[in-house]
This record gives sequence, C-alpha cells and structure tokens, in this order.
Amino acid sequence: MDWFIIIASMVKMLAVIAIVMGLATLLTWVERKQSAVMQDRLGANRADIFGLRIIGLFQPFADAIKMITKEDFVPPFANRFLHTLAPILAFAPVLFVFTVIPLGPPLEIAGRTVTGQIANINIGLLFIFAFGGLAVFGSVLAGWGSNNKYALIAGIRASSQMISYEVCLGLSLVGAIMIYGTLDMTEMVIGQSGHWFGWLPRWGLFMQPLAALLFLPAAIAENKRIPFDLPECESEILGYFVEYSGLRAGMFMFAEFVEIIFVAALFTVVFLGGWLVPWLAWDGFHFPWGGMWYLPIWIVKMLEFAAMFIKIAFMIYFMILIRWTLPRFRYDQLMRLGWKYLLPLAMLNLVVTGVVLVLLR
Amino acid sequence: MEIILFIITALIALASALMVITRKSPIASVLFLVLTFVCIAVLYVMLGAQFIAAMQIIVYAGAIMVLFLFVLMLLNLRGNQGWENISPARIGLGFAAAGLLLLVAVAWLKTAGSMEVAGLDPEMGTVSAFGDVLFQRFLLPFEIASVLLLGAIIGVVAMIKRKPLAELGEDKEGKVS
Repeated sequence: MDWFIIIASMVKMLAVIAIVMGLATLLTWVERKQSAVMQDRLGANRADIFGLRIIGLFQPFADAIKMITKEDFVPPFANRFLHTLAPILAFAPVLFVFTVIPLGPPLEIAGRTVTGQIANINIGLLFIFAFGGLAVFGSVLAGWGSNNKYALIAGIRASSQMISYEVCLGLSLVGAIMIYGTLDMTEMVIGQSGHWFGWLPRWGLFMQPLAALLFLPAAIAENKRIPFDLPECESEILGYFVEYSGLRAGMFMFAEFVEIIFVAALFTVVFLGGWLVPWLAWDGFHFPWGGMWYLPIWIVKMLEFAAMFIKIAFMIYFMILIRWTLPRFRYDQLMRLGWKYLLPLAMLNLVVTGVVLVLLR
Repeated sequence: MEIILFIITALIALASALMVITRKSPIASVLFLVLTFVCIAVLYVMLGAQFIAAMQIIVYAGAIMVLFLFVLMLLNLRGNQGWENISPARIGLGFAAAGLLLLVAVAWLKTAGSMEVAGLDPEMGTVSAFGDVLFQRFLLPFEIASVLLLGAIIGVVAMIKRKPLAELGEDKEGKVS
C-alpha cells in the first residue's frame, strides 16, 4: 500500500467533485442570467440571505431547496424501478468521465509527480467514450419507464440522436488521437506545448481545425442542448422526463449542466492546449520578440491552473451563448446534418490527417 | 484485496447473467445483460487488459445494447412472453445442454492444473501493445474480418431494400414501405 498515492487520489477526487458540482450549481444561475442579458431583462436577482443579494447569486440555493421540497411523484402506471433508475443512469456516467480529465498541470510534491487527473490510465479518451456512451440509457429508460406515450417517443428520439452523433464525436477526436499518438489526456496536453514560427502555440485547434469544428456541434448534440434539444424541448413537444418531478427531474437538469462542464473541459484539453499558456515555459515567459520575464515555479503553476479554468469558463460561456442564440433543428434536419455533413467531413479529416502524418514521417 | 473484488464482480456477473434468461420482460433482460457486460469489463481490467475492457463497454454495453433496447421499445413487448409458451421438452433440452456444458467445463478445469494466474506483464493490455499485435501479427485476419463485416452490412441493406430504389419514397399513400 502506497499511502502517498491513496491520499493524493482522495484529495483529487474531493477537489474534482467540489469543483464540478459547485460549477454546475453556479451554471444554473449563469444560464438564466445570460438569457436575461440577451433578452434585455434583469433575470434572477431576488433570492437573498438576510437582505444580501449579490446580483442574485443565491438563486441556486433557492432552486435546490425548491427541488428537494417538491413532491416527488411516481406515476401509478410507471415501472417504479426503471423510473427511479433512469435519473441515476443519466447522472452517474457524466460524473465518472471526470476521472481521466486533467483539471491542472502535473505537480511535483515530495519528489513525486502528481498528475492533474484522478486516474492516470492508459486508455484515457476511450474511458470517456465508454462512459459517455452509457449516458444514453438514462434518457431511453426515462422515456420507457414512465409509461407515457410522449415520453416514450421522446426517449426514442433521444436515443437515435445520441447514437447518430456519437459516431461523429468519436471520429472527430480520432484525428486528434492520431496527431498526439496517445490516449492519456495529460500527455495530450504536453503534446501541444511548443510554438510554430516562434509565436503560434501548437494547440489542437490549429493542428486539427476541422476536427474542432466538428467536435463542438456533435458534443452539443450529445448534450441535448439547443439547437439539438429535440429530445427535451420542455415547452413544445414534451421531453422524455415529462413524468418526473422534484429531485429526480432536478437530476436530469443537473446532469445536463455537468455535461456542459465536461464538454468544455474536453474541448480545452484536446483542442485548446489544456493548461498551457502561450509563450510560458517552466521558468517564465519567453516572448516572441525576444523579451524574457522570469517567474518562480509556483507562480507558473498558478498561472497554468488559472489558464485551464479561464479556457473552460470561456467554452461554457460560448455554449450558453449558442443556447440562447440559435433556434431548434427540425428532426430531419438534425439527422441530415449528422449523417450527411458531419460524418463524411469527419472521415475526410481522418484521411487527410493520416496522409499528412505519413508524408511528414 | 484483489480476490475480494474478483469474487464480488464474478458473483454479480453470474447473478445478472442468470437474470437475463429468467426475466419475463425483455427490457429487464437487456438491462441485466448490460450489467453482465460491465462486470466482465471489470474482470478484464483486473487482468490488465484495459483496451479490451474499454471496447467491451463501448461496443457491447454502449452501442449494441442501446440498439437492442431501441428495437424492443419499438416492438412494445410488455412482459407477456412468459414461460407458458415454452413446452416441457424444450426446457428439458435446455437443462441437458447446460449439463453438457458443465461437464465440459469441469473436465477442462481439471486438466488446467494450477488455478494461479501467471505473472502478467502489466504492459500486455495497453493500447500500443494491442495495436502492435493487431496490425502486425494478425493484420491479414483483421482485414478479412473487416471485409466480412462490410459484406454483412451491404447484405442487410440489400435485403431491406428489396424494391427498386425508384419506388421507395414515392409511396403517395403515405404508407411506410
């Protein structure tokens, strides 16, 4: 038994759960506030603790209390077991995948290297595919277990959409895997260090622009958010969780917010160079015009953590911006986009990447 | 430590495999099959075969089982496919087959000698080791298998589209052909 590894893993697990859950709670408020800003309203600003409002930042707590104290109703004709299992199956896999996503640079502690992810396993990205693929069971079983025709149809819509876009999601990332030559996400980020022409960072975005462009819509479709929110569309044609109330409905919603963070973190790690800051090396900034700015190692590490979270925050903001900007796709448009445009382009990207890699070798 | 994990996982795998064939509702069977696959993936990880474990979950638990679920939900079989449709002769034959399998398994285990797992190379199941074996030593069987799969896919599409392509989609009555 190596106590160092056990304690380090425990600390990392607690940190990741605290960061992810805290951020997801905050996002419920951010999303409402962003919609208010874009629609020229004030948005959620009334929740207060002893008169203290801070622009409505306490709204998530009020929402949580409301969710928990609401009646948790199971329809009498529903399959009780599946009805309870579905929100868990929707939520758990999304949280699992954070095991392999590094949220920061490797640190040297007591002569040992501690990586930024919980488990440093050889199959990193495949682990994400594996558990990300299991999330579809949650929506399908929610639709079937509710014993409601609308929920069932929405569940089938959800499963066909998620199966379709999973293919494109996987293929767009395979191009990145080919370039980095590894599935371990810490090594992927390290593979993006360095610069072209002395100033352009070698991030995945610049090496695999098409893959990044294909990954984002596919990931948003997996996440079932506007413009791909046909399985849910709460206000019009009813989603697969019509028959859910209280905390269980809250779990579906919360899973969606955790998934936003997951997509943002994955995009940051694979395409935006993770924690890398342009021109920052281990001893400080090396500016392309020849200047140097030496920094102690702990400031460099702090900067890298900050860069990671700024990038994730930017991607989250970008996705929320998309959610309040675009209208929803019709079902046939959705399928056509996935199979006729995204998938062939992803395959083309693979072929081109392969040819270029062989030529460069 | 590891043996405890093995016993728990193996017991769950066996119990859920038993549930797959005894449940009346096909949806429940599919879900127990998923649980069995996940347990088997855990066993693969314990053997050091990480890549196979990931593939087990991605392909079987994630893709094929979702397809099963999809089809079952469209068929809408609501638990009335009970035991009463199965004749005693078939049940007897099933038990006979299970007995034969048990006999073979016991005979095989007796000749297998030691039950100890040989010292495994920790690098054996990694992606690069797997890729080396698949794309160098077994390249030809791998390619043949992929051609076989392609043939199967084309065959299925051809069988579905018995009608000439021109007639499909021009059904003015709105019937699904």
